[in-house]
Amino acid sequence: MLTNFKRIAKFAMDDFSRNKGISVAAVFVLTITIMLVTGLFFFQVAGNYLTSQIQSKIDITAYFNSDAQESDILNAKDEIAKISGVKNIEYVSQDQALATFNQLHKGNSVLSQALQQVGDNPFLPALNITTNGDPAQYQTIANVLQTSDYSKLVSKVDFSQKKDIIEKVYSMISSINLVGIILGIILIIVAILVVYNTVKLAIENSSEEISTMHAVGADSWFIRGPFVIQGIIYGLIAFAICFVVTAISAFLVSSKLAAILPGFSASGYFLTNWWIFVLIQLVFGMGVGAISALIVVKKHLDK
Amino acid sequence: MIQFNNVTKICNDDVILDSVSFEIKEGEFVSFVGKSGAGKTTLVKMILGLEKPTSGEVLFNGINFSEADPTALQDMRRKIGGIYQDYKLLPKRTVFENVAYIMQVEGKDNEEIEAEVPKVLEAIGLGEKLNSFPDELSGGEQQRLAVARALVNHPDIIIADEPTGNLDPYNAYEVISILQKINQSGKTVILATHDREIINKLGKRVITLEKGKIIRDEAEGRFII
Repeated sequence: MLTNFKRIAKFAMDDFSRNKGISVAAVFVLTITIMLVTGLFFFQVAGNYLTSQIQSKIDITAYFNSDAQESDILNAKDEIAKISGVKNIEYVSQDQALATFNQLHKGNSVLSQALQQVGDNPFLPALNITTNGDPAQYQTIANVLQTSDYSKLVSKVDFSQKKDIIEKVYSMISSINLVGIILGIILIIVAILVVYNTVKLAIENSSEEISTMHAVGADSWFIRGPFVIQGIIYGLIAFAICFVVTAISAFLVSSKLAAILPGFSASGYFLTNWWIFVLIQLVFGMGVGAISALIVVKKHLDK
Repeated sequence: MIQFNNVTKICNDDVILDSVSFEIKEGEFVSFVGKSGAGKTTLVKMILGLEKPTSGEVLFNGINFSEADPTALQDMRRKIGGIYQDYKLLPKRTVFENVAYIMQVEGKDNEEIEAEVPKVLEAIGLGEKLNSFPDELSGGEQQRLAVARALVNHPDIIIADEPTGNLDPYNAYEVISILQKINQSGKTVILATHDREIINKLGKRVITLEKGKIIRDEAEGRFII
């Protein structure tokens, strides 16, 4: 068993080094396709970051009447917090709202005079609610606030005013995600087909050899093995090249990408998630290379 | 040893072999002759288990090729040494590796391979070309390599399908004399050819095929078509 494996591995190494042209072409095509898959993954990560940034900026504020009891508002807060998809909910009292306003506009004499003329605290107590960005959640929250227990207490909910914009943004994000997934699947299928055809061309070159091996009584694994191992070697070399290129690219584009996506660090993401890149590139490179070889040789043997 | 019982092979409505029956006994030297397209190569492929009959049965030591599982088929093929007109060498392997491959398929250990292969190649006159690749050899040398490969595992049967087709007369007679020596050592030899001169000089059993049918089977036959 071990002797056979050693022989199969040696055949693969010999074939790899003796067919330099085909080996270089196969590694090149695999490298390009692995880079494509890596690029798709990276855009998916950047896209998700952008989406979460946009969604985190969309929130809903429920203003209560100035005479509403704090205990009632906190009851409403607890009830809303139970709704799935609500990420954060914060109660802002009238005094806190005034203090925040003063802090923000410290030194603005016009606003200070205006407040003095109003006399009382003009701010209303409010609940600031952040959700996962799904407009359906906003509607659920609005429904809770419209129940008989709270409708008399609520002065206004700013969701109804921003509803159209929120829904448009959400629908746009959903469409972009869907298009991204479909495009990604199509590109991955294309990449697999390209690798399969490259391996097929490399093996077609040896079709006479395969039939000779068959005729002299070699068992199917003795015939298939070297081609499958060659597929794995193509994948390993392509992985090594892609990993180095990915690492260099992540550091080179990091500052430029941060300008477009504030807070997103490509190099930081690569350093903390390098193993995901290893996994994707290795599994795709070696897996597609080896499985393609297995299928093509099987087809030859079944003829 | 080999039995064809009423074997018919039909491909795309063309009858390649038509109700062919014969038996080859151990130690015989049998030649199949006939024009191109007479069915010689199909017959050889059936003996190697590479083609299945449409009807009838091909038996090798009593085992029906059509009913044998893949492992049994591989075992049977290993008992047969094949020599072909186009040599069927492994082009990306050296002379040594081409012969060694057959022993590796059989699972022989490396020491035995290292000892046996140079001996066989020396005997066949290729001792100086161990590290050459097939495309660096002449036609005659390539065919001698094919003979060495067929012999190395000491098979029960040698099948030669048009082994002299691409050779000049000198190399052709050299190959035929090797086949005669193999037969004298007790092995069964099956030769498919359309070379009249070779058949007439052999003076061995000749089975003549025409349009897929056996028209003659003579113990000391001549090439008559």
